[in-house]
Amino acid sequence: MNLQLVLVALGVLAAGGFAALVAGRRGRLALALGTAGAVAGSALGLVAAGAQLASGGAVAARAGWRPPLGSLTVGLDPLSSFFLVAVFLVAALAAVYGAGYLRAHLEAGGRRIGAAVAAFNLLVAAMAGVVIARDGVLFLAAWEVMTIASWVLVTFEDEHESVQRAGLIYLVASQLGVVALFLLFALLRRGAPGFEFAQLAAAGPPAPGLAAVCFGLALVGFGAKAGFWPLHVWLPDAHPAAPSHVSALMSGVMIKMGIYGLLRTLLLLGPPPVWWGALVVGIGAVSGLAGVLYALAQHDLKRLLAYHSIENVGIIALGVGIGLLGQSRGDAMVAFLGYAGALLHVLNHGLFKGLLFQGAGAVLQATGVRALDALGGLARRMPVTALAFLAGSVAIAGLPPLNGFVSEWLIFAGAFRGGAALAGGAGLAAAAVVPALALIGGLAVACFVKVYGVVFLGTPRTGAPGRAREVGAAMRVPMVLAAALCLLLGVLPVVAVGVVAPAAREVAGLAAAPAGLGGSLAAVTAVGAALVAVVALLVLVRAGLLRRRPAPAAPVWACGYVGVTPRMQYTAASFAEPVLAPFGPLMHRTVHALRPATFFPAAASYEEHVGDVAGERLLAPAARRVLGVFARLRILQQGRIQLYLAYVLITLLVLLTWQIGLAGR
Amino acid sequence: MSAPAVALHLVLLLLAPPLVLGIAVKVKAWLAGRRGAPLLQPYHDLRKLLGKGTVRGEGTTWVFAAGPLVGLAAVLVAGLLVPLAGGAAPLGFAGDVIAFAALLSLGRFFTMAAALDTGSSFEGMGASREAAFGAFTEPGLFLVLALICLPARSAGLAQAWAARPAGVAWLAHPLYLLAAVVLFVVLLAENARIPIDDPATHLELTMVHEVMVLDHGGPDLAFVLYGEAVKLFVIAALLVHLLLPVPPGGWAGAVALLAGEAAVAGLVGVVEGSVARLRLPRVPGFLIGAAALAAVGVAVLFARGRP
Repeated sequence: MNLQLVLVALGVLAAGGFAALVAGRRGRLALALGTAGAVAGSALGLVAAGAQLASGGAVAARAGWRPPLGSLTVGLDPLSSFFLVAVFLVAALAAVYGAGYLRAHLEAGGRRIGAAVAAFNLLVAAMAGVVIARDGVLFLAAWEVMTIASWVLVTFEDEHESVQRAGLIYLVASQLGVVALFLLFALLRRGAPGFEFAQLAAAGPPAPGLAAVCFGLALVGFGAKAGFWPLHVWLPDAHPAAPSHVSALMSGVMIKMGIYGLLRTLLLLGPPPVWWGALVVGIGAVSGLAGVLYALAQHDLKRLLAYHSIENVGIIALGVGIGLLGQSRGDAMVAFLGYAGALLHVLNHGLFKGLLFQGAGAVLQATGVRALDALGGLARRMPVTALAFLAGSVAIAGLPPLNGFVSEWLIFAGAFRGGAALAGGAGLAAAAVVPALALIGGLAVACFVKVYGVVFLGTPRTGAPGRAREVGAAMRVPMVLAAALCLLLGVLPVVAVGVVAPAAREVAGLAAAPAGLGGSLAAVTAVGAALVAVVALLVLVRAGLLRRRPAPAAPVWACGYVGVTPRMQYTAASFAEPVLAPFGPLMHRTVHALRPATFFPAAASYEEHVGDVAGERLLAPAARRVLGVFARLRILQQGRIQLYLAYVLITLLVLLTWQIGLAGR
Repeated sequence: MSAPAVALHLVLLLLAPPLVLGIAVKVKAWLAGRRGAPLLQPYHDLRKLLGKGTVRGEGTTWVFAAGPLVGLAAVLVAGLLVPLAGGAAPLGFAGDVIAFAALLSLGRFFTMAAALDTGSSFEGMGASREAAFGAFTEPGLFLVLALICLPARSAGLAQAWAARPAGVAWLAHPLYLLAAVVLFVVLLAENARIPIDDPATHLELTMVHEVMVLDHGGPDLAFVLYGEAVKLFVIAALLVHLLLPVPPGGWAGAVALLAGEAAVAGLVGVVEGSVARLRLPRVPGFLIGAAALAAVGVAVLFARGRP
């Protein structure tokens, strides 16, 4: 029943998208139809997936018609249901926001709104398709539709050259990842009658060597989508290029499809050895650290948020790594804590990153500016956006009482317990998560203080933020809703863990959630409640003390200097400098500085560009080497027809000999 | 926890911290050959500030006022997670060390945000340095917590102290001494003391923590100063429990804690009076070095077999 409802939801999504495409040039109508389809479909899907998750069971269905190679088999189990909840929740919020966001685009004379709306709905439906597919071929088909739909959205503003470039890199990176996935499914298929997951599972786990190869292919193929370092290079270009509600959807849930694929593959690969867990922990630590460091170095708001997606995928990988380590040593609690933390972080990151990208979109729409150092003082002009963005910032920094803290707490708890309980290298790998996640968390706090402070606090640095106006209700409501959900999951971790527990149990292969966690979750609630209560109490105390006492406004202290201008405020670049300085060798920074000279300096300027080490030092040289090899192959291509005819002849002869040889056997 | 134990915990947490700060200042003054302010001076300062009006920085938002409030609330709740007079803590649980560290970060987040709200470049500078030092302190703090918790097989402080060898712990278990050294560095960093920062400096350009709260006045400043005292007290309580046997619960525990707190405060004063402050670019190396020391400790735990 729930599965059928999800399929109906996909139909509603597709119908909305199709209607928008037909409405085409009548932009307002197209936007309304598409949004209605997206919201209705997502709401229906959310209810159905939620009901299925609550029931805890698994269902599957197969269509009568079989496409070549595969079958149209779909299903819902706790893992799928959980990811569906995340997809539909973030999609519904993004769709409402998109209606408001794209209206401004229409009013500015924008075009092709129908295609953008249709692609949005198609993207949501394709993600749901990836999650419910129970057949390798169907899975890959949905995967490709997802990639293409998102590519259409990334290149929506293709009048900018940078957007074209981002779209191309995105497409190439995605297709390279898919090559690994094709290989993966071809290897998994060995010994099974078809590509259906049930058949693959029935054939039993592959031999250890083959399983390791499959695991490596899954890490590459799914890691390229998820944004694991160093396969993330497409992400910081593609996500900011898309319209903001699409960035929210892509960063919030689409990259998590990589995590879903990895977990789904793990279910087929049998019990993991210790080194898988250690490897995923290592990937998570590097991705997390690289993501947050590069985020700190960014000057563009949306690009910064995109790098934070890499950081958060790294945190999710740390959780998955803990889960694998626990599983490999048969420790149910460690496995559960790791997987539950990773899955909860998937949902949490969907909520707060969606919220933050929407906030960035609101700032972009109100000011037309993405450069951090041109903003400032928006909290007074856009109070609702500022409050929601603050909630998102505290949440993404992993601080109580918001939801980011709960998922990071689960991962930390798994790391502490794993370090103490797991024998040998597994314990050491689990313990290594503790300082890695601590450093990532500390840097994330620095980064989000920087973002929130530079964009929303202080005084406007240029005219644009000084003239900004709060965005419309269609954009404010989804942000406030997301912030409220962040708070709810943060103060009620019992609910949050309840949502992820069935899926975590499925991945960890546990019949029941390990006992003994309830007390800690209740205690986290108590900490959140105590925090809120003490703040409320202090607010009352302060109000009581200040009653009938003066609280005048006065200029802030500037050491007696009176010629202060807004441009003298600390910028994002200067804020991040002391944090980044010790990491100098890891960053690829080029600085063009015109230093003030003589006693009466006339001009001075400072320009800084941070390149991505993975892209510029690792992937680009590797690509050049590959191209070099291919260039050598060009010797075959002489442009003479006789030579090509000779190639044909040789090929035919070889094939003929081969056939004769086969027949002779 | 029984009601009297909770009451004793609250009394200690709410009333003792300014005294500890007073001891540190006094010892520092002695080393400099001065008589120093009375031990109870911090209480007088707080009373005076609470009786005043406040000044709102021009152009600031509610975040400016929220900085001191959230900063104080965060360390107070953190204080509810840490065992004080031995035994358990009112809100302690298996996993409280993580919440403890996150609460310290939360307080820092809002203090820095309030500083940036003023739009003053001095305050921005302070927030930037605090952000850097905070980020580099975090791994050290967590590694110390791991060093304390791994042998106890629980991420809860009460359980960790219960599993600690009886008596003067570090004699039986030298890794506790290592943890204590790193924890002391973390304490100095978290509380903006020499050699990381200087709470007594009068030059804005060299300030880190102080410059972030320059524009707060009256009750807001009182909240800031009280929050600093509570933070010192709470982290020092960790150090005391790590090194000394604190009898669980009751007056004996309270006396042992206060004696230990006084010793830690004295040590802070001695460091302040005898060591010069590090140059700013050297601080990250100092903090990361401390974290590396703790990492070595954790590695030794594993090298000796099961932690």
